[in-house]
This record gives sequence, C-alpha cells and structure tokens, in this order.
Amino acid sequence: MSPTGAVSGTTESALPVYNMDIVRNFTVAAVLWGVVGFLVGVIIAFQLAFPVLNLDLEWTTFGRLRPVHTSAVIFAFGGSILIGSSLYVVQRTCQATLFGGPLLAGFVFWGYQIFIVLAALGYVLGITQGKEYAEPEWYVDLWLTIVWVAYLVVFTGTVLKRNQPHIYVANWFFMAFILTIAVLHLVNNASLPVSFMGAKSYIIWSGVQDAMTQWWYGHNAVGFFLTAGFLGMMYYFVPKQAERPVYSYRLSVIHFWSLVFLYIWAGPHHLFYTALPDWAQTLGMTFSIMLWMPSWGGMINGFMTLSGAWDKLRTDPIIRFMITSVGFYGMSTFEGPMMSIKAVNSLSHFTDWTIGHVHSGALGWVAFVSFGTIYFLVPKLWNRKRLYSLELVTWHFWIATIGIVLYITSMWVSGIMQGLMWRSYDSFGFLQYSFIETVEAMHPYYIIRALGGVLFLLGALIMVYNLWKTTKGELREESSFAEPAVSSAG
Amino acid sequence: MQNKFETNIILLAIGILITISIGGLVQMVPLYTMDSTIEKVDGMRPYSPLELAGRNIYVREGCYLCHSQMIRPFRDESERYGNYSLAAESMYDKPFQWGSKRTGPDLARVGGKYSNDWHVAHLINPRSVVPESIMPGYSFMAKTELSFDDIADHLKTLAALGVPYSDEQIANAAKDLKTQGNGENGDADELKQRYPKVVIGDFDGDPSRVTELDALIAYLQMLGTLVDFTSFKPEMAYR
Repeated sequence: MSPTGAVSGTTESALPVYNMDIVRNFTVAAVLWGVVGFLVGVIIAFQLAFPVLNLDLEWTTFGRLRPVHTSAVIFAFGGSILIGSSLYVVQRTCQATLFGGPLLAGFVFWGYQIFIVLAALGYVLGITQGKEYAEPEWYVDLWLTIVWVAYLVVFTGTVLKRNQPHIYVANWFFMAFILTIAVLHLVNNASLPVSFMGAKSYIIWSGVQDAMTQWWYGHNAVGFFLTAGFLGMMYYFVPKQAERPVYSYRLSVIHFWSLVFLYIWAGPHHLFYTALPDWAQTLGMTFSIMLWMPSWGGMINGFMTLSGAWDKLRTDPIIRFMITSVGFYGMSTFEGPMMSIKAVNSLSHFTDWTIGHVHSGALGWVAFVSFGTIYFLVPKLWNRKRLYSLELVTWHFWIATIGIVLYITSMWVSGIMQGLMWRSYDSFGFLQYSFIETVEAMHPYYIIRALGGVLFLLGALIMVYNLWKTTKGELREESSFAEPAVSSAG
Repeated sequence: MQNKFETNIILLAIGILITISIGGLVQMVPLYTMDSTIEKVDGMRPYSPLELAGRNIYVREGCYLCHSQMIRPFRDESERYGNYSLAAESMYDKPFQWGSKRTGPDLARVGGKYSNDWHVAHLINPRSVVPESIMPGYSFMAKTELSFDDIADHLKTLAALGVPYSDEQIANAAKDLKTQGNGENGDADELKQRYPKVVIGDFDGDPSRVTELDALIAYLQMLGTLVDFTSFKPEMAYR
C-alpha cells in the first residue's frame, strides 16, 4: 500500500514509513513565502508613510501590492505550513502513510504553489475580482478547487485507513478547516467569465447580497483558515513540545463544536451601519460576542497544557513561541468581540484599529504558532539532533515580539485618533478636521508601524539562517537552556 | 455522540457541514427572499458602458483597499460625504465596492464634487492638488488607451446575471462608450435616453481618444448621483 515498500503497521513496532518529503516541501515553501510576504508588507507599510515609494508604475502601487502581501502571508505562508503540518499530524496520529501515495501528495504541493504564483502574478498585472482575500480570478479559483479536492482526498483517505480507533482532536480542526474553506471558496467566488479566453469575470452576487456573502467568506477565512487550522496545529505541536497531554478533552469537544457553529454567523460585524439590513447586523453582533467563549476555551486548553511544565517557558524558546502565540490568540479573540459591539465599531471601523487587530492575530497568533511548529519540525524532518541554535530562536522571539508591540500599539493610537478626529466638532458646530488633516496626523504612526514590520522581518531572516544551518547538520556550541548558568543564584 | 463523530470521519464531516450551514443560510437566504432588503427608490440604472469600464479600472487598481463607498448614518459622515448610502445604490454592483478601510475619504457620493480637470490632475499626481496626500500617482492611465472591443460582451455577461441591460443598450455599447468619452457626437441624446443623468464629456482633455483616465473619471463623476433623494423618505430604509 505504501509505494516506499513499507507495510502498514500491524504491531506496535512496525509503523508505516511516513511520507515526510511532502512535509519538508511545504515547510520550505512556508519559510520562503513567509519572508516574501513580510517583505511586501514592509514595503507597502513604507508606501503609506512615503507615497513616492509607489514609484508611479502601474505594477507597484499600493492597490496592487496589498493583495500580494495579504495572499502571500495568509495563503502562501499560512496555507503552506497549514497543509504541510496537517499532513504531518494526520500521518502520525493515524499511524498511516498518506492516502494516494507520493504522486497525489506531490500534486497537492505543486498545485498549491502554482495557485500562489498565478494569483500573485494576476494582482501585479491588475487581474483581480476586487473582493478582499478572494482576489484571484475565475481560472485561478477553478485551479485551486481542483487542488483543494485533492488535499481533501489525501487527508480524509489517510484518516480512513488509520490504525487508531479514535480521530485525534487536531484532525477535527483540520477537517473543519478543509471542508469549510471549500464551501466558502465555492460560494463566494461564483462568477461568470466575460469570455473563456479572458481573465475578467463578474461575480454572480450583487450589492448588499455580495457584501454579505463576501464577509461571510472573509470572516470565516479568519475563522477556519487562520483559526481552526492553526488550532489544529496547536493541539498537536504544543503537547508534543511540552511533553504534556492536552489539558482537557471535554473542553476541546465543547469548544470545537461551539467554535464551528458560532464563527459562521460573525460575518456581518464587518458591515455595521452599512446598507445591510439591521436584523443581519444584530445577528452578526450577537454571535460575534458569543464567539469570545469558545475562543477562550481554545486558549485555556492551549495554556493549561503547560501545567506542571511552566518552567519550560524559561528553558525552551520554542515553547515560548507557542505559548506567546496562544496568548496573542486570547488577546485578539477578546479584542474582536469587543470591536463587534456596534458602538465600539462605529469608532473603529474604517480605521487602522482594524489593521492593528488583524496583525495582533496574524503576527502574534498565526505566525508565532507557525514559527514554533517550524522550529519543532525542521530537526525532525531533516533527521538532526536539534536546531543549529536555540539562542538564535530566542533572538528571533524577542525581535519579533518587539516588532509586534510596535505594530499594534501604533495602530491602536492612529486608529482611535483618526476615528475621533473624523467625528469631532468645533465650538461653532462645524466638523473640526478636513479628511486630509486626519491623513497627515497618521504619518508618525505609519513610520512606527513600518519599523515594527522591519523587526518582524528581521526575526524571520534570523530563523531562515538558523534553519539553513540546521538542515546542513551544523550545531552551534552554546550553553544549554535546560541548565541555566544563573541557577545557583536561586 | 462525540464518540461516534471521532471514530467516523464521514460522520464528522457531515456534522461539520451541517453545523456551518445553519448560520450562513439564516443570514444569506432572507436577503434574497425579503423584498425590503433593497429600498424602492427612483433613479437607479445600470452603469453606462464607459462608467462600467471605469468601474472595472477602479476594481483592477484596488481602489477599494483605501476608499470606502459606504456612508454610514452618522451626523459627521452625512456632513462630510452626504446622505447615508442605500442598498439600492449598489444593486447593480458586481462586485460591491463598499470597502473596509478609509485610508482616503469615502467616495460613495464623490460624483460632481470636483471638476474633471481636478480629477485629471489628482489622478496623475495627487500631491499636485493635495500636498499631504499619500495616494499613488496613476499617470499611466492618461497614456493608456482604453480597450473596449469587448464592452458589449461585458454588458451581455452582466445581463445574464440579472442586470437589466436592454438589447438596445448591448447593441450600442461600443458606440455609447465613445459618445460619452469624446463629448462631441450626434448620438448624445440617444445616450442620455438610454442612461439618464449620464455625464458626457471629454474627461481627460484629450478628445482624440478614449483613455483609461476618461473611463475612471466618468465613473467617479457619477458615483452617488443617481438616486432621486427628493422622492426618498427615511421610512423607506427601515428594514
């Protein structure tokens, strides 16, 4: 059954030979796309501070590069590490090699990379559907559909031939991620091409219905791609790295089903006070606030997995990445429901506060849990004793953390300030600020934000160096974190 | 119950699909079945061919990433931008362009607020008219001739998706586009009849050809101008 000739395990000792090539490929892709995505993010952040950097060329304007940034970090970096780690986890927890053999898995890998390149090329050349986070045109959408079905088949097939009676919790989350993204993708991208030889298509939904469909998609891309998928990652890699079992099985069951049920309702919080009917807005607000609970269920389960092993936060920088990511997850999933209160949203909507909120989730949660996972995986995938350097992981951690703090605090200040300026009146009852005055006021914060991005990128480059050395089998001489030199002081 | 789900991947998949379907169906289906979703107002019409071409450029350049087209019902927004936006005003928008960020101002009612010349100068170099602006310059649009050979196909595609373009409008699409963009053509009356309130003119100051800049400005100049607010009562927007 396995093309490598391994027989599937019938006894404890005869485990199948797992397909690790595919995981290696996706890990390398994730690291590369991560650097590209962070770099483009830094560039467009500087464009907002210094518009001359748009270069007055049609291919380099903010409007064309911004989707390159969002797609590169979400779908290319996030997607690659998600698919890669899910294929690692599903083999390990099912004790089965990948269904469909290396060919089908290879198709998923190369097909997904082609999707990314096609999408990014389109953005730069001006081929876009004009729907946020769903910019690729119809032909790219069709291609992704094929690749995604192949991924679903590989994943489900592997679970079906498992040598374990139960399906491990991480796989529930991966399954919810794969299925829901498929549904969202198909519905939101339903369109009719103008010509089958051309790129342009028109979406079949219009106006207010299109808005609802788009944010049903958009918010659940956050909910199922950036949350459920990465929670799957958390449920495997945090317990593995901490060498502790998941804190609570019951909690995982409850928060899984409530998360899956509640998330899908939250879309209208992107459309408060718009022309979307009030009943839909009210539903969106209610469910967004309720969503706080299952989100914190996941956070508690992640945190408490460390109970009895909290000392690892001091001794293991990889755990530090993972636990900090869970902390950021908890923070963003509190901030999100708060911003979904209509009164708060009336201030925050359309401002940088939203951008800051997204990045505390994207950098703090998604990227940090991914970094932790990558640091865990690389020595295993390349059969190395350990990473080249744990000290460099620590450097990466602190530089990236400072970058995030600069990013989100500057966006809080600029967002709240701009929201307040828009609605402020002078003593004569006139609007106090013209729009452009509010733009001018953002300038210092845009520079601070861009510097935060530079630090985050710098951290990622340190990771690349560390991983490169690790794959070459080099080990840096450094004192072990497990036996800190200062222990005598205590 | 959970024991069944976590020992059978097919059951788990079905369970997930049912669980995620409920919220989406409840929120989306009524938007199509309830008549009150889109207000009954006077004045809405599909985009003229040139406006549509301009709108496609607006979408292509990702303008929606920095400009909203959705005025919220707040005092400050009404004073800054005009009457709050109605669902009816985007009923022919595929895709909608309400936006989610205002790095620049809202554009839902920018039509008629600035002259064509201002738009030309602003799009070519925003800082020539607004020194503090951080918008990219779009000088290439002034040099790029609009490609509109297939404009009738665009109208046909939209008509197939429910936008009420008549056969006459589709048949005359390319002609109407040129008429609107050049400003000096005998068919202007016909064009106005097909697309009431249409703004005709040589938008970019170069009558010899229709550029991308012509199309984009034609679109910007009609934004938010269609609905007749003299016949509109706020009760019509209660939903």
